[in-house]
Amino acid sequence: MIRDARSGVSEPAAATPPAIALGLAAALLAGGSPAEPFRPIDDRQVLEHVSTASGGAGELRRQWVEHPEDRELALRLVRRYIEMGRETADPRFFGWGEAMLAPWLEEGRASPDAWVLSATIRQNRHDFSGALSALARAIEAAPRSAQAWLTKAVIHEVQGEYPAALQSCLRLAQLAPGMVGATCLASTLSVTGQAEYALAQLQQALRSPDADTNTRAWALTVQADIAQRLGRRETAESSFLAALTLRPHDPYLLAAYADLLLDQKRHTAVTVLLRDQTRIDGLLLRLTLAEQALRSPAAAEHIEVLKARFAASRLRGDALHLGDESRFHLHLLGEPDAALALALRNWEIQREPRDARILLEAALAQDRPEPAVQPVLDFLARSRLQDVRLQKLTARLAKGPA
Amino acid sequence: MIRIALVLLILLGSRGAWGHKPSDSYLRIERAPSGFSGQWDIALRDLDYALGLDGDGDGAITWGELRARRELISGYALQRLKIVGGTSDCTLAAEDLLVDEHTDGAYAVLRFSALCPGGFGDWSLHYTLFFDLDTQHHGLLRYAADGVMGTAVLTPDNRSFKPAGEGESPGASSLGSFLREGVWHIWIGYDHILFLLSLLLPAVLVRESSTWRPAPTLAVTVWDAAKIVTAFTVAHSVTLSLAALGHLQLPSRWVESLIAASVLLAAANNLVPVWHRYRVLFAFTFGLVHGLGFASVLAGLLLSTGGLVQALFGFNLGVELGQLAIVAAFLPAAYMLSRKRLYVPLVLRAGSAGIIVIAVIWLAERSLGIRVLEP
Repeated sequence: MIRDARSGVSEPAAATPPAIALGLAAALLAGGSPAEPFRPIDDRQVLEHVSTASGGAGELRRQWVEHPEDRELALRLVRRYIEMGRETADPRFFGWGEAMLAPWLEEGRASPDAWVLSATIRQNRHDFSGALSALARAIEAAPRSAQAWLTKAVIHEVQGEYPAALQSCLRLAQLAPGMVGATCLASTLSVTGQAEYALAQLQQALRSPDADTNTRAWALTVQADIAQRLGRRETAESSFLAALTLRPHDPYLLAAYADLLLDQKRHTAVTVLLRDQTRIDGLLLRLTLAEQALRSPAAAEHIEVLKARFAASRLRGDALHLGDESRFHLHLLGEPDAALALALRNWEIQREPRDARILLEAALAQDRPEPAVQPVLDFLARSRLQDVRLQKLTARLAKGPA
Repeated sequence: MIRIALVLLILLGSRGAWGHKPSDSYLRIERAPSGFSGQWDIALRDLDYALGLDGDGDGAITWGELRARRELISGYALQRLKIVGGTSDCTLAAEDLLVDEHTDGAYAVLRFSALCPGGFGDWSLHYTLFFDLDTQHHGLLRYAADGVMGTAVLTPDNRSFKPAGEGESPGASSLGSFLREGVWHIWIGYDHILFLLSLLLPAVLVRESSTWRPAPTLAVTVWDAAKIVTAFTVAHSVTLSLAALGHLQLPSRWVESLIAASVLLAAANNLVPVWHRYRVLFAFTFGLVHGLGFASVLAGLLLSTGGLVQALFGFNLGVELGQLAIVAAFLPAAYMLSRKRLYVPLVLRAGSAGIIVIAVIWLAERSLGIRVLEP
C-alpha cells in the first residue's frame, strides 16, 4: 500500500478491561477511512509504475520527439500504440495514437496508411461512421489497400450490413493472401445463412501452412465462433484452444473462450482461465459471472468494482460497454429493465449475434411481451442468421415470456 | 504481409474488452473570498507522458521525482486552464502538490487559487489539458459557487463551461443540492453521530437507584429519545442559522475541540452517570456547539443573499433527515438488545468506552492541531 502508516492511541478513561479492548478496536477501525489526498513522507516512496521500454514504444517516441517531421517513424509509433492498446486493453494508447494523427488528418496531407490507422482507432471506440469516412478517404487514395478493405469489412459486419461486408471481403480476397480473404468471407457468410459452407471453407483454408500467427489466430477465432453458432462444441473448443496457444494473453480471445465455458456451465474453468484478470472490465465481468454461479465470496466484491467501473464510464460520458453492462444488470444485478434499455441502445450501434443475444435474454426476463424486440427478430429472420442459442431464445419468446 | 498481420492484430480485439477507463482528470473549484480555490487531480501516467516524470528512468515515479517537477507540473497544468470571473481572466496560482489514489492509479493533486479581479459576476471556465496529446482525455469538473453546485464533463469537442444563467433558477437545484450536502455532512460527520448515539445509548434504559434497568416500554424509550433529539435539533438549528448569517463567529479550532469534548462528556456520562437527569439540557447545550460545526461547511460556499435562506433551510433539513434516519435505525435495535442482560456491559459500557477513546484522540488532534487519525 502506498499510504504511509498512521496510528495513535491515547489513554482511555476508566472502564472495564473488555470495554477497553472493544474501545481500542473501534478506534482502530475509525482510523481506516476512505482515500484523501496525502503528502508522502519519504522521497523514495514509489507512487506509480510506468513501463520503461514498453515494447519499444518508449524508444520510438523518444526518436519521434527528436524528428517530429518523420512521418514513417510516426506511423510506426502509432501502430505500436495500437498494438499495445490491443494487448493491454488500455485506451490511453489509442488516445495517444489518435492525437498524433489528428494534425495531419486535419491538414489533409495524410497518407492512406494514416487514414487506415485512424479508422482502426475510431472503430475501437465504436465511432463506426467516423471510421468508415476515414476508410473512404484511404480507399480513394489507395484503392488496392488490403488493410482498408479488411477494416471496412469488419465494421460492416459488426453493424449488420452484410451485403456491404461481403463486397468488401470479395475485394479483400483479390488483394490479400488466401487465409485472410477466406476468413473474412467465412465470417460474413456464416451470419447470412451459409454457416455450414463457411465452416467447411474455413477449415480448408486453415490446412494451409502459410500465414503468420495473427492471421491464423484470427481464422481460428472465427472458426470457433461459427462452430459455436452451429452447436459444434468440440470444434469450437479445439479452435479456441488452438488460438490461445498462439495468443495466450489476448483479452478478446480470453473473453470469447470464457463465454463458451460459461455457456457450458464450466464455471470453475472460467475462474482458472481468468484468475487475476480484474483489470480488464470485460474479463472481470465474465469472471464474476462464474464466481456468482459458484457462490464464491469474491463475487460480491467484484460486483461492486464493476458497478464503480461502469459508473465512472458513464460519468465521463462514454457508452462503450453497453452490451457488457447489459449482461451485468441482467445476470449479476437481476435488473431486467435496466438490462433491456442498455441492450436496446447497444443494438443501435452494433448488431453482432452476441448483441442480439443479450437483447433477447433481457426481453425474456420481462414480465410482459416487449414490442421493442420485434425489429431485432425481423433482422435475424431477414439475414437468416444461424445460431442455436438465438434459435432457442427466439422460440421461447414466441411462446411468450415467463 | 507484416502490415496485414498488424491490422489483424488490431481487429482481433476490436470489439473492445477494455481495461482501464480512458484518461480523466478531476477538477474541483469552489468559491473563495478572492475568487476561487481549486483542487485538480491529474494522473501521474498522463503527466509522465506529457512531461516525463521518471527522472532516473527506472520505470517508477517516486515522490521525490514528482516533487522535483512541481513547478513544471503546475505551470503546465494551469496554463491549460482558464477561469474567467465577471469581466476579466482570473490569475491562477499553485498552492500545494499532494498525491491521491483513484481507481486507475496514482494522481498528482494540485491545489491552486484563482484571483479574480473582475468580481463575482458570471464566471466561466476553459479547459485544454492533454487534448493535444490524448483525444480521449476528459476533464471531470465539480463546482460550488454562488449557491449552485454541479458537475460537467470537458472534452476535446466541448472545452468551455459556463454555469446555467438566468434561464434556470438556481433556487430549485440548490435546495436539493444543499439538502444532499446536509445529509452527507451528518453521515460523514462522525462526531455529530457519535454525540447523538452517546446520548441515545441509555435512552432504552432507565436509571433507578444507581443501576440501569431496561425501559418498561418502547413508548418510554421513544419519548426519551424524542426529547433528546428535539433539544439537539433546536439548539443546532439556532446556532447554525446565526453563524451562517454571520451573526456568530467562533474560531473553528475552538468549535471543533468543543465538539470533541462534547462527545467525550456524553460518552463518559454513560459510564459514570453524573447528570443523567439533565441529559436533555445537555443535548441542548452541546447542540448549540454542534450547530457551529455544521456552519463551517456552509461557509465554504460563498452565498449570495438570495440563495442563503434556501440553502440554510435545505442544509438544515438535510441534517435533520440524516439524523432521523440514524435514530430510526438505531432505536428499535437498541431497544431489543436492551432487553438482554449484556446490553449494559457490552453496548452501553464498552460502546461508550470506545467512543471515549475516539473522542480523546479527536480532542487531542483538534486542540493541538496534529493529525493522528483520519477524521
